[in-house]
Amino acid sequence: MEAKRKLIDENGIRLDGRKWNELRPIKMQVGTLKNADGSAYIEFGKNKIMAAVYGPKEVHPKHEVLPDRALVRARYHMAPFSVDERKNPAPSRREIEISKVIREALEPALVVEEYPRTAIQVFVEVLQSDGGSRVAGITAASLALADAGINMRDLVSGCSSGIVDGQVVLDLNDAEDKEGSGDMPVALMPTLNRVTLLQVDGIYTRENFQKAFELAMEGGRKVYEMQRQALNEKFFSAGQMEQAPGGETGES
Amino acid sequence: MMAAVKKNYVVETIRKGQMIELLSQGKRLDGRALDEHRPLTIQTGFIQKANGSAMVTLGNTQVLAGVKVATGTPFPDTPDKGLLVVNAEVLPLSSAYAEAGPPSEDAIELARVVDRGVRESEMVDLASLCITPGKSVYTIFIDVNIMNVDGNLFDATSYAVVSALRTAKMPKYEVVDDKIKASEDLIPVPVAKTPISVTMARIGDSIIVDPTGEEEAAMDARITITTDDEGSVCAAQKGEPSTFSPEKILEAVDTSIRIGKEIRGAVWESIK
Repeated sequence: MEAKRKLIDENGIRLDGRKWNELRPIKMQVGTLKNADGSAYIEFGKNKIMAAVYGPKEVHPKHEVLPDRALVRARYHMAPFSVDERKNPAPSRREIEISKVIREALEPALVVEEYPRTAIQVFVEVLQSDGGSRVAGITAASLALADAGINMRDLVSGCSSGIVDGQVVLDLNDAEDKEGSGDMPVALMPTLNRVTLLQVDGIYTRENFQKAFELAMEGGRKVYEMQRQALNEKFFSAGQMEQAPGGETGES
Repeated sequence: MMAAVKKNYVVETIRKGQMIELLSQGKRLDGRALDEHRPLTIQTGFIQKANGSAMVTLGNTQVLAGVKVATGTPFPDTPDKGLLVVNAEVLPLSSAYAEAGPPSEDAIELARVVDRGVRESEMVDLASLCITPGKSVYTIFIDVNIMNVDGNLFDATSYAVVSALRTAKMPKYEVVDDKIKASEDLIPVPVAKTPISVTMARIGDSIIVDPTGEEEAAMDARITITTDDEGSVCAAQKGEPSTFSPEKILEAVDTSIRIGKEIRGAVWESIK
């Protein structure tokens, strides 16, 4: 095999100029799709992801109905042009697994008991992928759920960490994800301090595991602050305030 | 699979209260300690037509893993590495609630979590499984049949896959006159490590090792952590729509290192 290129230089700077504990540039916008009950768009490094929520709505097929709570469904899907080699648009095993863990990461935040016999459908469409797309997708989906007005216990914030050139680093980009030796996506409810998603691959000593886990949690808390800001911008921005006296009501 | 089981285990769900009360006294319905796994048996070489196989029972959970070695085309980004494919199927005979059909999302997650443990620990030396770079490599298929479902398919599958791989023998493939020829004599599949997963369930505030079907029906969340021979974590996966506190995650890592070591010894003992 050819010699692996170095992903961190002698000054501890990564290929994209970040330090070990720095996030990539992140942008979030809430309410980006007209038809959806809730929606959000996120850019997380080069990741470009649209999330949408429909519901609570009727359950189809009916036999899947849950008598005491809402049925949560999630679909994570990558556009064929989102990666270097065209991806077959049919759902891969990877996408099916990620859809499952995304659902399990979001559901704890939803007060599902308040919506018996309904379905809440979450869509995460990855338009461009750049490492850490599941955690960026969860972050956007959580905003879309809040935008849909569904009662939530907390937001869900995602961030990954991993091991690159033997070093624990925050928020892996595409190259670090592919060429590094470990990836640890984490999602949490920051206010409640509960972990809702944890996946690990790569080799971690007990010490590195804790270091990477705590670093990803810290990253998630930074993401949470940006999520709050994005929600504020939609619902409490200066523009909205100015509009309010004009008599426009019920707009969301 | 598991979800289907869970929805149907009405009685077990009702027993959750009783379970939580017992757990608060450090006891389980079947009398095990919280960090005690069920009896484990491993029978390797069960299928003569496979390159390697293992029938594993973990309490009443029973799975059969079979290894088949063939030649194939490498992925473009790893032209000099062999291929490893783990697939799991929950057979319709495995429980009253299992159904025939394409793999459910639970079965896909199961196979992928076990695959990650094998892959990330670098158990199989894929670099030594190249025949002609970019053209042909060894392909190792590991198919797992779930025979009887009673909780913790993750660990039963992980132990079956590891045992089957550890005892698998394959032909040596060589290129003779532009054709791939298989040798008569068999060589062992090149394996170096013994990754062992330990799955734990959280029920209320208690974390229990190796949950049974009825414990899974009552569990809030699940975590599987795979460790290698050095006691390093090589894969992990949280499951179920509930949460863990950060402290419980780290506690689960320590438990998986400790119990994993014990189980690794038992696996070694039964496949030697």
